[in-house]
Amino acid sequence: MTPGRDPAARRAADRWPEKGMQMEAIVPLLVVLPLGAAFAIVVLASLPTRREPGGSVPLGQRAALPLAAIIVAANLAISVRLLGGDVGPMFIGGWSPGKTLGIQMICDGLSKLMAVTINLVALASIIFAKAYMRRFTKVWLFSSLFLLMTAAMNAVVLAGDLFNLFVFLEVAAIASYALVAFGCEAEELEAAFKYLVLGTVGSAFILLGVAILYSLTGQLNMAMVASLLPKAGSSAVLLAAAALIAGLALKAAMVPFHAWLPDAHPSAPAPISAMLSGVLIKASGVYALARVVFNVFGPTGAYATVLMVLGAVSMVVGVFLAVGQWDFKRLLAYHSISQMGYVVLALGAAAAVLARGGERAVAGLCLFGGLFHLFNHAAFKSLLFLSSGSIEQQTGTRQLKEMGGLSRRMPVTSFCCRVGALSIAGVPPFNGFFSKLIIIIGLTLAGYPLLAALAVLVALMTLLSFIKVQRYALEGPPQGSIAAVTEAPASMGIALALLAIVCIAGGLAMGPLREHLFAPAGEILLNGRFALGTGVLP
Amino acid sequence: MNQGGMTLIVKQTARLVSGFITVFGIHIALTGHLTPGGGFAGGVILAAAAVLIVLSFGGAYCSRLLTGPACHIADSAGAMMFLLVAILGYLVGGFFVSFLPQGNLFHLVSGGTMPLSNLAILVKVGAGLAGGFLALSAFRLASGAKEGD
Amino acid sequence: MGTAIYVLTFGLLVVGIYAVVAKKNIIKIIVGLLIVDYAINMLLVLMGYRNGGGAPILVPGESQAQMTSSVDPLPQAMVLTSIVIGLGLTALMVAMAVRLYEKYGTFDMSRIRRLRG
Repeated sequence: MTPGRDPAARRAADRWPEKGMQMEAIVPLLVVLPLGAAFAIVVLASLPTRREPGGSVPLGQRAALPLAAIIVAANLAISVRLLGGDVGPMFIGGWSPGKTLGIQMICDGLSKLMAVTINLVALASIIFAKAYMRRFTKVWLFSSLFLLMTAAMNAVVLAGDLFNLFVFLEVAAIASYALVAFGCEAEELEAAFKYLVLGTVGSAFILLGVAILYSLTGQLNMAMVASLLPKAGSSAVLLAAAALIAGLALKAAMVPFHAWLPDAHPSAPAPISAMLSGVLIKASGVYALARVVFNVFGPTGAYATVLMVLGAVSMVVGVFLAVGQWDFKRLLAYHSISQMGYVVLALGAAAAVLARGGERAVAGLCLFGGLFHLFNHAAFKSLLFLSSGSIEQQTGTRQLKEMGGLSRRMPVTSFCCRVGALSIAGVPPFNGFFSKLIIIIGLTLAGYPLLAALAVLVALMTLLSFIKVQRYALEGPPQGSIAAVTEAPASMGIALALLAIVCIAGGLAMGPLREHLFAPAGEILLNGRFALGTGVLP
Repeated sequence: MNQGGMTLIVKQTARLVSGFITVFGIHIALTGHLTPGGGFAGGVILAAAAVLIVLSFGGAYCSRLLTGPACHIADSAGAMMFLLVAILGYLVGGFFVSFLPQGNLFHLVSGGTMPLSNLAILVKVGAGLAGGFLALSAFRLASGAKEGD
Repeated sequence: MGTAIYVLTFGLLVVGIYAVVAKKNIIKIIVGLLIVDYAINMLLVLMGYRNGGGAPILVPGESQAQMTSSVDPLPQAMVLTSIVIGLGLTALMVAMAVRLYEKYGTFDMSRIRRLRG
């Protein structure tokens, strides 16, 4: 393949071997495939057709959801294929950012981990949606918006440019606002409006931070900003960091920016709740926070303290608010806040260790724990949300006090729900136990025994609240009309089983996962400000 | 909004003016690589022409030509054309690489694939904004009678 | 010009956030969000200003070397993208406000509070 016109890109192509060039060519497909399919679905569904007898849905509209499932499966295959290869820096259109202001895509270890996570959860959600969305009309609109959201999230984790990151963050957010309001009932609209207002304020702050960084360095590329930033003044950099961290913490639902999450996540349809809680707050919140704080600003003491405070407060407040909930999905939403607090706390502890010049191994352990917990939370939280959707469809209720005895009536769903509940509560040998253990050990080694004790306390309270879930939903006497429910449709069971297998395998296969998935990602964050510079700086 | 449209003077003026507005919008998008503007600005002007027609002649008259599905199709076709321009770049070396020659300054046919992208965005934004206007104008706030999109 | 105009931009941002926080009418909240968007866009455009610079457009008959100083064109491109994003958000917000009026019968945010806990 001949490279583009820019001589710098041509030199880069000479450096990388042929296999690397092949890998670089398929990376943009992660974004292009879902985006193209989203628009193709709209065209297919809007074509004028003959009226089919019986008022059934035309063929073009019925083909939307299977097409979306195929595209997401292809995306997952591409991201797994990318795991093995070494992908160099990619310059869109051949414009290298060294001499001209070109846009770069990065696909290093952290991006590959996030891409696998996003596409895995998206595949499970879209398989689940086949049976769940029968109650809605215009399912083709749902598929199109879902693919837009997936494409935008993939582009967020592949973005090497601050403004590109912001633009795709916004695209994913707008698609999610529309998806939360999809049912157009009163409560869904109210939750979506609240989510929209808060999300827009957060995005405005992110753009403010990007604007200040641009005025300080004159560059938007993350690697160039990282190399130019120490020469700039310090108070302006603090303002930019404050604005960026505030906006991204709102996207990641950290306390005190969490007010939108307990309304938005329960009101959305179940596959969308799984996507929002499972990947959106991670890809647009925690991933962007880690990328910006570690790779652009560099892990210094102030940022580490802020991250640790945010994480610790979210952890505690989330679980205390969750224990008293009787609505299943609202309980899961509050637990999302708490578990994201775990991840951000681990990232902050690693940043603190790096800032004071401590041992790299300790920081690496904290990062491994945080990233492993991020992956695990994507798996078990989406599993729990999908099983709550399955329970809601069969029993018609979300209140725990109105359920009971489901383990006998719905065996597959309740088995998968039990796997998810045990994983989040941190019971061995499921994956949640190992990631929480590594975080607690990492916190102790990093010199924060109080925070480690707090993490243990929060884990115990999580266990408590999921014992409550199991007791009221799965065990116990059936209430009222629950005694006559049947098992959910098979496609829902397949999606649940897929995620349950990931939960179990994450715990058992921790060694190989660490070597292939988490260690490269941790390396990128450990290298701090110098991680992105290879092949970009002139 | 009066479904029957506005008075005769408004209708005559709209008939005269809307053609010029449309041509102006297309001109701004076509010469986007030479003058300020480009695809988005041209699309907004095109949609403004459509809105003018709908306001002057009434929704019932225009619902034969300017329908919801037509806007959907035009919108998505524009977006897919933009993606096509990006994918065709693979033929000459990479994602989004320009496959047309750069040409001379100040000529209409120059600037690589930028005019193609501008045209795609023109179609998309024009159809998108016109469709959005149609969807919002289909609500009836006062009574319960509504045709939502 | 000095720093006064930057201070005014931040003042506009504060006005917009005040409208989002303190107003009860949904339409006023939407207008507040628009003001926040415009304030950030204005700040971005101001970032590109260079003293004595002209518009970054080449006229026929002038070569690139003859343009001695122009304002930075990159923030203008960023602002264009940001305006488009704001447009999409505005359309979505207004559509949601209309649907909320259908369901709740009011534009008053303090009466649209069915979700609790």
